Amino acid sequence: MKFTIMINEGPYQHQSADSALQFCRSLLAQGHEIFRVFFYHDGVNNGSSLSVPPADDRLIQKEWSELSKEHDLDLVICIAAAQRRGLMDKDEAKRQGFESNNMIEGFRISGLGQLIEGGIESDRTVVFGD
Amino acid sequence: MAMLHIVNKSPFEKVSFRSCLNHVSKGDSVLMIEDAAVGAIEGTSFSEKLKTAMGDVSVYVLGGDLAARGLSEDRMIDGIKAVDYAGFVDLTVENETTQSWL
Amino acid sequence: MATKKFMFVNRKAPYGTVYALESLEVVLISAAFEQDVSLAFIDDGVYQITKGQDTTGIGQKNFSNTYKALGDYEIKKLYVSKESLEERGLTQDDLMDLVWEDEDDDWAEKPSIIMVDRSEMAAVMAEQEVTLSF
Repeated sequence: MKFTIMINEGPYQHQSADSALQFCRSLLAQGHEIFRVFFYHDGVNNGSSLSVPPADDRLIQKEWSELSKEHDLDLVICIAAAQRRGLMDKDEAKRQGFESNNMIEGFRISGLGQLIEGGIESDRTVVFGD
Repeated sequence: MAMLHIVNKSPFEKVSFRSCLNHVSKGDSVLMIEDAAVGAIEGTSFSEKLKTAMGDVSVYVLGGDLAARGLSEDRMIDGIKAVDYAGFVDLTVENETTQSWL
Repeated sequence: MATKKFMFVNRKAPYGTVYALESLEVVLISAAFEQDVSLAFIDDGVYQITKGQDTTGIGQKNFSNTYKALGDYEIKKLYVSKESLEERGLTQDDLMDLVWEDEDDDWAEKPSIIMVDRSEMAAVMAEQEVTLSF
């Protein structure tokens, strides 16, 4: 079955990113297809490359990045939400005139239409948030 | 169409859980995850409300979330089923739609 | 592209958190995809559509007028929980007059707000194919 997942909270502040990661891993383990994972609201912070948690803690952003690489996942960060919160990939940073960028590998930045398209194209849409 | 209602708030802190139970349809399922897991326990100020709803809906709890909060499954209200993430996935497949009560 | 029944569930007050504003942004985008869109206002979500919102004292933009534009985007099913209004000491008179223009009826203005009780809201929810909550 084909799934779209929406994540509305950033990592660490709320359990929703942990829950969504575990849910996505279980989906893939059972042979389901993840059409898209869409990060909205503070959820965009799941795509930051600049997190440095203590050594004995999990690094959620890296876990997404690795899961994406392993399963060729489409991880989409909402551009409007990302712009508000200061999260940018290389192209967007350049466009906005910033020298640095902070998006971890495996994510891409795009519009809200990607969420609606996910809802249309998938058999199930599951939301994680606060 | 049967719906899986996903609740993640403690019924002792927020109204989300009660609001969810007020809007379920017969044959739906309710899954407690994250802080909502504490709602699965028997003998609380919330358990009668949940037991009443259980006449119409099937109720599940994510076992890992219950255990993480120091609560064992033998304290659950009779009839609630503990599931793991694979069970969570199965519930989203068995029900045609999902709604998260954030 | 296929048409699906989308419902956007709003249960939080505006301004205290960004959920209401960013939810509205998704709703507007969904209109471009010509989907069968419904909105639900439950619990504190009813405060999103009260009339007379004045944000001059809090330093935020008042976005309540955007709800008035929804009718122009063919978004004309705004289900409001009767019980949620009553619990908060509100009536429909406290809400904005949200309307849409019916092309098939000489562009007559018709109300977008549909007052429903819990069982009616549950029935509307049960019909949906994609339910997004914020």
